[in-house]
Amino acid sequence: MLKIRFLFACVLLLISLPIFASSGKLLATPGVSQIEGSGGGGIVPWAQLAGYASEDEFSVNGFCSRADVSDYALNVCGAQLNLFNRVELSYAIQHFDVPALNTEIEQSITSAKIRLYGDIVYSQWPQLSLGIQHKSLDDGTVAKLVGAEDTSGTDYYLAASKLHLGALAGYNWFWNVTTRYSEANELGLLGFGGTNAQSKFLFEGSTAVFLSRELAVGIEYRQKANNLNLSEQDWNDVFVAWMPNKNISVTAAYLDLGRIAGADDQTGWYLSVTVYW
Amino acid sequence: MKLIAVGILCVGILMGCANKAPPTLYYQVGGNAGIEKLIDSFINQIGNDEQVFHYFEHANIAHFRQGFILHMCMLTDGPCKYSYVGDSMVDIHTGMNITEKDFNHVVDLLVNAMNEQNISHPIQNKILSKTAPLRADIINI
Repeated sequence: MLKIRFLFACVLLLISLPIFASSGKLLATPGVSQIEGSGGGGIVPWAQLAGYASEDEFSVNGFCSRADVSDYALNVCGAQLNLFNRVELSYAIQHFDVPALNTEIEQSITSAKIRLYGDIVYSQWPQLSLGIQHKSLDDGTVAKLVGAEDTSGTDYYLAASKLHLGALAGYNWFWNVTTRYSEANELGLLGFGGTNAQSKFLFEGSTAVFLSRELAVGIEYRQKANNLNLSEQDWNDVFVAWMPNKNISVTAAYLDLGRIAGADDQTGWYLSVTVYW
Repeated sequence: MKLIAVGILCVGILMGCANKAPPTLYYQVGGNAGIEKLIDSFINQIGNDEQVFHYFEHANIAHFRQGFILHMCMLTDGPCKYSYVGDSMVDIHTGMNITEKDFNHVVDLLVNAMNEQNISHPIQNKILSKTAPLRADIINI
């Protein structure tokens, strides 16, 4: 909890600094911050790199998010560094509250993403990026208890995304598809691998419509493996993202995370704020 | 999965609307008078902008205005006679070394100009989708 408070304090401190924001991208095109710290939607990492840096700039962003479902809550804070819109480096700390067990699971995630090709607005083909997320549990007791093999692991993903200007009756349409290689159970919060280890290639997707320059509504889907034989289910959300300027974005979502560690129908709300410099 | 199905359905409905043949974009922005007003707003935006004004400092405003109005007329499928023989986009921008950042800033200024002229959001996006492909002939040359 100390670490997440420290990160939250850092985000607050950065907010108070004079603005030296990079602004080389078009409004809203970087997307927001996903729960593992990468630039993306809420649950899916996207091909865009976090932050407004164009090819001659760098940018720094900070974010905090909270997801509240029936039996659990997840708090995440993190930061991203965008170097010349080519490389994104990020770090995030997750705190997963399990009130029923009166326990809290902490996981840190160090990630990198490299843009391989394109620009979501201007290139003929979709923007393409390759990413890596290294996750490590602070205390693997719960993970071991439920049968996970490891307490740290690494995800790899390939993401493609495109914004089609005026494509839906004049409204801008965005889509992203991501393929992830992962051994993680519930993001890694319940460890990595297990006795029922399954296909490790997972599909994720997002799509959104921009109602204005500042406001997008969309949906996301994230496939999950079931390594622990705990009937881990795929995740879905419906989101609204508001990007009033190039310094802040606010995202709210309704989550349907299915069954998590034996508890059915985990639905609830998500709120996330990212600030950009 | 239900959400995905609903999403696809919504997309399908919107696509259906998009398929009706609308009048050309040129008429939707108010024909020649509408385009002239838009370009005048745009020139005004650029003239008051510290970040990109220097690219236009030595431009002949009247020449630029005429060229841009004609170009916009053609991009929006207007009834402009192709009698104008101007410099190519590449010729005009070679040596200017316009950055990605400054290009996007000019797009922001065009959006400001379209807002100033009360052009609706869907029409704005259609204009942007016509002008976006020009970027390759404009930046980093």
